[in-house]
Amino acid sequence: MRRGSREYASWSIGIALVLAFALVPVLWILSLSLKTPESVTDGSFIPHHWTFDNYNALFQGGFSNGPFLHPLVNSIAIALIATAIAITFAAFAAYAIARLDFPGKTAILAGALAIAMFPAISTVGPLFDMWRSIGLYNTYLGLIIPYLTFSLPLAIYVLVAFYREIPWDLEQAAQVDGATPLQAFRKVILPLAAPGTFTAAILVFIFCWNDFLFAITLTSSNASRTVPAALAFFTGPSQFTAPTGNIAAAAVIITIPIIIFVMIFQRRIVAGLTAGAVKG
Amino acid sequence: MLCAPAVIAMLLVTAYPIGYAIVLSLQNLDLRFPDQTSWAGLSNYGTVLSSSLWWQDVLNTVIISAISVALELVLGMAIALVMHRAIFGRGIVRTAVLIPYGIVTVVAAFAWQFAFLSSDTGFVNPLFGIHVNWFSGHWTSLLVIIMAEVWKTTPFMALLLLAGLTTIDAGLYEAAKVDGASAVQRFFRITLPLMRPAILVALLFRTLDAFRIFDNIFIMTRGAQNTESVSILGYNQLISRVNLGLGSAVSVLIFIAVLIIAFAFVRLLGVRMAEGRPGG
Repeated sequence: MRRGSREYASWSIGIALVLAFALVPVLWILSLSLKTPESVTDGSFIPHHWTFDNYNALFQGGFSNGPFLHPLVNSIAIALIATAIAITFAAFAAYAIARLDFPGKTAILAGALAIAMFPAISTVGPLFDMWRSIGLYNTYLGLIIPYLTFSLPLAIYVLVAFYREIPWDLEQAAQVDGATPLQAFRKVILPLAAPGTFTAAILVFIFCWNDFLFAITLTSSNASRTVPAALAFFTGPSQFTAPTGNIAAAAVIITIPIIIFVMIFQRRIVAGLTAGAVKG
Repeated sequence: MLCAPAVIAMLLVTAYPIGYAIVLSLQNLDLRFPDQTSWAGLSNYGTVLSSSLWWQDVLNTVIISAISVALELVLGMAIALVMHRAIFGRGIVRTAVLIPYGIVTVVAAFAWQFAFLSSDTGFVNPLFGIHVNWFSGHWTSLLVIIMAEVWKTTPFMALLLLAGLTTIDAGLYEAAKVDGASAVQRFFRITLPLMRPAILVALLFRTLDAFRIFDNIFIMTRGAQNTESVSILGYNQLISRVNLGLGSAVSVLIFIAVLIIAFAFVRLLGVRMAEGRPGG
């Protein structure tokens, strides 16, 4: 397409509109996070006085007394552990579904689909009650278990879609050529399965990182509260200042990993999302 | 069995809790008065179904779901067409569009709340030279909630629709062009009918998701100005008032509502599949 042509111009406008739609709210919260308390209410899109005070304030008090560091560590740890377990379970299940024929295969896929549509709020009450009586309330495990449940359907669907594309015959071919079963798996299948598995892991991580409902209902303190829940309980430096700047700074920090993922793995994320949803 | 861990993990936090929720919903169980626990039969359901609050919240949830899903379908289709046809800038658009998808919902909710706050930090009022107190009215609050919801989830819709678009044979468009069909005719006569299965799947996922709306409302209004959704109502009963009996009745009713929506869509989808349409 020639630069300067009418078609070029109209596509440029279309792309610019999409970019503006997607980015304005993100840029706004970035702008708020860099404003001083005096200018945070000025309604201007570009800060007049730049400051990193909002970020510094988050880390004051460190791990035990600060408002942010402990929840950040919780968020990272819980999301990573839940992702690792979910992907392990889902890989076993997806391998079986993609490769083996067994009764109940469709039932598992249908069940997974049903859980993907399950209203999380309906489990919150019973879990709150159960977790309190067995001591899982306000613990890492108490959050990891529901995250597993609700991310497994997504992980299974994405992995089944990817594993079905793998030419499994290669494994036999390698064994004919003298590889042991383990070698055949490690050297032939694993490299082929890794990209899809990694894609599923990113999607599960984003899901766990994002959760708010379980995080506020099944925790009661910063001992296991994740950042989204902690944000809802942020208070200003004094009773009379709104915590806007601090919330914005914390929001920017927990958005950074998402933006990094999206920039590096955009192709894979799109492939994973559509594989899981459409082929299902 | 390779599937066993995944199946157990999925059932542990869905089937068992929903059963437990049904049991709880049949009791008078208020954790503030644990001594007065007794069987209540269906009276909790009677209380919920005869309260105007429940029906107001159902109405809010339906309004929010219907309007946001409709807007998402239109916007998502536009974005999908831009992404599908764009000859340049496809990577940038894809990255930009994935940011709202990946961003933590709580962060998005704060970004939109801060943008619209009238006297405090917003940029929307100064930008348009208006003085609307967005969060002091029922409809304006709902409007901001819907905008935030649409912003966050349109990318998902767009990606699902894009996947549907790519399955359409480009030759069909060429043939239609030769026959003198305009771009509008091609869209309504070729694109839309062939994408019907993809559209229905996307609508199903998003409708169920929108019906469970919680994070946006919790952050922006906490249900003030009559903006409660059914999930917020469930949360308030279960966690804030620790009335597990009434709260569980709300949970079970939400579960039933979700089942009804899912069945309605599956019937629609099933009919299309029986007609032998491709995709889906």
